Amino acid sequence: MIEIFGIPSQALFGQLLLGLINGSFYALLSLGLAVIFGLLNIINFTHGAQYMMGAFAAFFLLNYLGLNYWLALIVAPAIVAATGAIIERLFLRHLYHLDHLYGLLLTFGLALIIQGLFRNQFGSSGIPYPIPEALRGGQNLGFMFLPNYRAWVIVLSLTVCIATWFVIERTRLGAYLRAATENPTLVRAFGINVPRMITLTYAFGVGLAALAGVMAAPIYSVNPLMGADLIIVVFAVVVIGGMGSIMGAIVTGFMLGIVEGLTKVFFPEASNTVIFVIMVIVLLIRPAGLFGRTA
Amino acid sequence: MKQEKFAIAGLQTRSRSEAIGFVLMVAFVAAAPLFIYPVLMMKILCFALFACAFNLLIGYVGLLSFGHALFFGWASYVSAYAAKVWGFTPELAIIAGTLAGAGLGLVAGLVAIRRQGIYFAMITLALAQMMYFFAVQAPFTGGEDGIQAVPRGKLFGLIDLADQTAMYVTVAAIFLGGFLLISRIIHSPFGEVLKAIRENEARAVSLGYKTERYKLLAFVLSAALAGTAGATKALILQLASLTDVHWSMSGEVVLMTLVGGLGTVFGPVVGAYVIIGMQNYLAQFGQWVTVIQGVIFVVCVLLFRRGIVGELAALLRIRL
Repeated sequence: MIEIFGIPSQALFGQLLLGLINGSFYALLSLGLAVIFGLLNIINFTHGAQYMMGAFAAFFLLNYLGLNYWLALIVAPAIVAATGAIIERLFLRHLYHLDHLYGLLLTFGLALIIQGLFRNQFGSSGIPYPIPEALRGGQNLGFMFLPNYRAWVIVLSLTVCIATWFVIERTRLGAYLRAATENPTLVRAFGINVPRMITLTYAFGVGLAALAGVMAAPIYSVNPLMGADLIIVVFAVVVIGGMGSIMGAIVTGFMLGIVEGLTKVFFPEASNTVIFVIMVIVLLIRPAGLFGRTA
Repeated sequence: MKQEKFAIAGLQTRSRSEAIGFVLMVAFVAAAPLFIYPVLMMKILCFALFACAFNLLIGYVGLLSFGHALFFGWASYVSAYAAKVWGFTPELAIIAGTLAGAGLGLVAGLVAIRRQGIYFAMITLALAQMMYFFAVQAPFTGGEDGIQAVPRGKLFGLIDLADQTAMYVTVAAIFLGGFLLISRIIHSPFGEVLKAIRENEARAVSLGYKTERYKLLAFVLSAALAGTAGATKALILQLASLTDVHWSMSGEVVLMTLVGGLGTVFGPVVGAYVIIGMQNYLAQFGQWVTVIQGVIFVVCVLLFRRGIVGELAALLRIRL
């Protein structure tokens, strides 16, 4: 058994892997929050509930329609994104002219409703979701055992994050989006349908959360409250990264996941709180966040 | 010149309507035990004070704290622990809780006021969640069990608070004292500066006010009073538990203030009465309470942003 800093390498790399997994979810969720905030100026408190809805959608698709994991990866986020579009049209649209805090309060209320309804229906103990057959088992890397599904989660999350970054920063569509973030009135004057763009952006951010939910379902079980505490950690991640940059959200998400994993090895008592402690330190040193621009 | 006169006239009507409102409120608090179960009414008074303390920040400085359970809950732990383990008398236990709230408020405030708006809300929420995890792990909070069977003790070593009437009078006095203090803060020159910061912080800075200090002091005052409320609650219900530090408690105090009316003097009191009363009434429906609270949030934000007291004040064209 190899030891690093007095810690067996198995434990160290095992926790590092767990950290990367958590980081994958942090990155996807904070990316969605950042995209939504960029255009809507709303912090989407419902994000955790929508992550949970993604997992439940995958569960329903499997058990009632017989759609497997691979189809759920596409269909579940699409369904949840559609509910997001409805939420934007019905509720959020009426708040854009108000203080941004009302958006926070409204989405908090929606999160309570959604989580409450799911909990009434399914209780608060988790429902298992099987790992897809192709991804069962794992690889022995010599220094550690790598379950295939976990490797897949990390790769998929990284791919989706980078693809999102590419679309927003490097394509024409992304240019419209960035322009609308800077000055919606002007972009509208150029003949671009900004309200529709806002709806689609919100739906896309929500879809990212739901995708994270589908990916999480086989690892953690499907649970009505799976997003309730997670969203608070993701808020801290967003504060640390600053919402100014897409890449910032992705990098911060993965980085904090790893830091959290390492804390589990070296100082397990603090593993729940380490991200909040980092948030405090970052706020004291660099209030705008690591990648944020001062307003 | 004319404008100044109007302003003074406005000031007078405001203080008159507020005085009438205050008299009505005192009368209600005095009469309530006749038709409301006293422990429930005491709980309502604690949450009313909690919501008033929260409203001091959102209503008068424009800062939405989504982590006020931190001060409420930890003060309730400190006062429960002081009363049970150290044998503090109730007034000392409540003072200890208040000081705990103020101390935590100072630390949290120093961190949180570095950002504004939405970030402020997220930071306070995250800080509260951090302290929630501490409460789960720390040995003296009793973890899942909380601190149970907290003795109410004897006020000043003389008056036995196990007597429901004595307890009620004490709680009512604490609530009214806290309410008057907040009302005094709002109408003081300090309060006027807070309102200026709420309306336009950049301008307040350019007028030479050190807005950071004003915001910090307001935050500490709010946290201390939230602490008083939490400490008193621990003695009334003889229990301090994880529920009091959980984020859902932070959400509840936001809801109470929103329902009653943000930035109104009496709104938080009315909101606390409505929400706690509703919880009590709906307790039989169990988990539906969360859903109903969510619905109230959504309805308030979309259709009813001034809250009950705000709508009433607009209808009667007075300030409440």
